[in-house]
Amino acid sequence: MAVLVFAESLTGSIKKAALEAVTYGNLAAQALGTECIALTIGTAEGAETLGQYGASKVYNVAASDDFDSQVYAAIISNAAAKLGADCVVFAHSSSGKSLAGRVAVRMDAGMVSSVITAPASGTFSVQKGVFSGKGFATYEIASANKVVTIAPNTFRPTASGSDATVETLAVEAPATRIRVTGKATVDGIVPLPEAELVVSAGRGMKGPENWGIVEEMATILGATTACSRPVADVDWRPHHEHVGQTGVAIRPTLYIAIGISGAIQHLAGVNQSKVIVVINKDPEAPFFKAADYGVVGDLFEVVPRLNEALKKFKAQN
Amino acid sequence: MKLLVCVSQTPDTTTKIKFTNGDTEFDTNGVQFIMNPYDEWYALVRALELKEQLGGSVTLFHVGPKANETVIRKGLAIGADSAVRVDAAATSALFTAKQIAAYAKAGEFDMVLLGKETIDYNGSEVGAMLAELLDMPFISYGTKMTVEGTTATINRDIEGGEETLEVDAPFVLSCAKGMAEQRIPNMRGIMMAKRKPITVIPAVEAADLATVVKYDYPAEKTGVKLIDPENMDELVNLLHNEAKVI
Ligand SMILES: Cc1cc2nc3c(=O)[nH]c(=O)nc-3n(C[C@H](O)[C@H](O)[C@H](O)COP(=O)(O)OP(=O)(O)OC[C@H]3O[C@@H](n4cnc5c(N)ncnc54)[C@H](O)[C@@H]3O)c2cc1C
Ligand SMILES: Nc1ncnc2c1ncn2[C@@H]1O[C@H](COP(=O)(O)O)[C@@H](O)[C@H]1O
Repeated sequence: MAVLVFAESLTGSIKKAALEAVTYGNLAAQALGTECIALTIGTAEGAETLGQYGASKVYNVAASDDFDSQVYAAIISNAAAKLGADCVVFAHSSSGKSLAGRVAVRMDAGMVSSVITAPASGTFSVQKGVFSGKGFATYEIASANKVVTIAPNTFRPTASGSDATVETLAVEAPATRIRVTGKATVDGIVPLPEAELVVSAGRGMKGPENWGIVEEMATILGATTACSRPVADVDWRPHHEHVGQTGVAIRPTLYIAIGISGAIQHLAGVNQSKVIVVINKDPEAPFFKAADYGVVGDLFEVVPRLNEALKKFKAQN
Repeated sequence: MKLLVCVSQTPDTTTKIKFTNGDTEFDTNGVQFIMNPYDEWYALVRALELKEQLGGSVTLFHVGPKANETVIRKGLAIGADSAVRVDAAATSALFTAKQIAAYAKAGEFDMVLLGKETIDYNGSEVGAMLAELLDMPFISYGTKMTVEGTTATINRDIEGGEETLEVDAPFVLSCAKGMAEQRIPNMRGIMMAKRKPITVIPAVEAADLATVVKYDYPAEKTGVKLIDPENMDELVNLLHNEAKVI
């Protein structure tokens, strides 16, 4: 018995998603009375730091860095068998989501995705958000083996303990059947699904030329920018910024909504944010019902004022 | 190309969500169901475009009771040639994936298309399970695809970027925004859909390994705290000292 965490390193190094997964793996291992083992595949700079987040052992399997769910899933389930793991943890990320279902099938494991709680000891039960944040469901996994993916920004990694020694593990893997021909990632910006702080704006901005004040706020806070759908549809903003039911679903700790009305389809993607700030000139805007803090006013006056206040705060802290 | 498109139904986002039977079941009473947008707008429409370009057929596949045929008819009205319904409730992702796998194995499809996730349970589970059951490559979150011969070139979303890859049929693909544009069924499509066949088949045996035992409602927001628009220092102070998020 052990908890095995797939610590992803999509761009060659260990990032936040992997640290969160190991943090969760450690919580699960404590609840189940066992140990947490981390597994990395291919290039994984910083893998030794996983020890600080609760992995008692860290393994690396040599393989191509070109992601193929078929190959990686075989490696992970073969490693689980070799290491005696009966619970496998993934981040709910693009690679985690592509792998978890495959590994569940290979291990005959019950699976729950995007969980927000550690398993309770005794029966293996975990909770997740459902119906666009309008409810929560508690699942029980009956099978001996278990697979979970964990929601982003939910299990905050805190370092303690010391680095681990990364050991090499040899397991069987099939040949790949896909050919990766290109990979383009934007450097320096935290991708939306992982972002803890998000500054988002909508049609109230009147036009793309006015986004300077939004970007300024994001820069001051170290936040990622997002937008409502109509704004992406008319190309005021890039499509990957679109959040909501048909765009990216996010759960940051802080979501600042500027000139967005708060339609139900928009809320569906953001209402699991921990704290929501709404800036809107219309006191009747539906978004205020979902907000923690609200400012009723003209964004072209309020946002520059807030930016000054944030700058002052950052200078002092 | 012989294409299989898996479609699910979900409550319309504007639906009020209620639970029943001691909060152990989702109350479907009075709920308006729609085809899962990712399945309809992206998977189905891209499949139809491929058929228009290369010839072949588009078959819809749905696991669910007879009442769900409204959603299947809509898919036929948009342009699918035929549909298969497994006459059973889709009680878990694994159960659903096993139904699709059993049918797809026998049918020798070139491509199985799905949505990236259902918007009610946001599982993102069925596609990966299906690919493993079929021992096929799985390309997830495809945003663009071109096909030449039996080789597809696909762009897919990854964290903070995009990946491009090539894969030979057969494979499983999950579709996200960008893959196609929504199509509204026209009158002719709706009329023709009435005559298209929906084949009903029994479920293959498959156990549910993970089951919902309880639902909860989210905690009510305590109400918005309004801040004087002249006093943004106060907002910063609250975010730092009260909410502790900056
Ligand atoms: C099937 C479906 C799926 C959808 N999916 C999504 C989705 O994923 N994401 C999404 O965002 N939307 C989605 N929508 C669209 C959604 O219903 C709304 O139309 C959209 O969110 C509105 O965007 P908005 O708030 O930017 O614009 P508007 O609704 O036009 O709101 C603009 C707001 O700005 C305020 N404002 C204007 N000027 C100022 C000013 N000077 N200062 C301060 N405030 C000002 C106004 O009071 C208003 O509240 C979907 C719709 C459908 C039907
Ligand atoms: N009951 C079902 N019948 C057919 N296909 C389904 C069903 N449920 C889910 N799918 C397909 O699987 C995809 C992913 O679903 P999920 O894993 O539940 O998020 C959906 O977008 C559909 O394409």
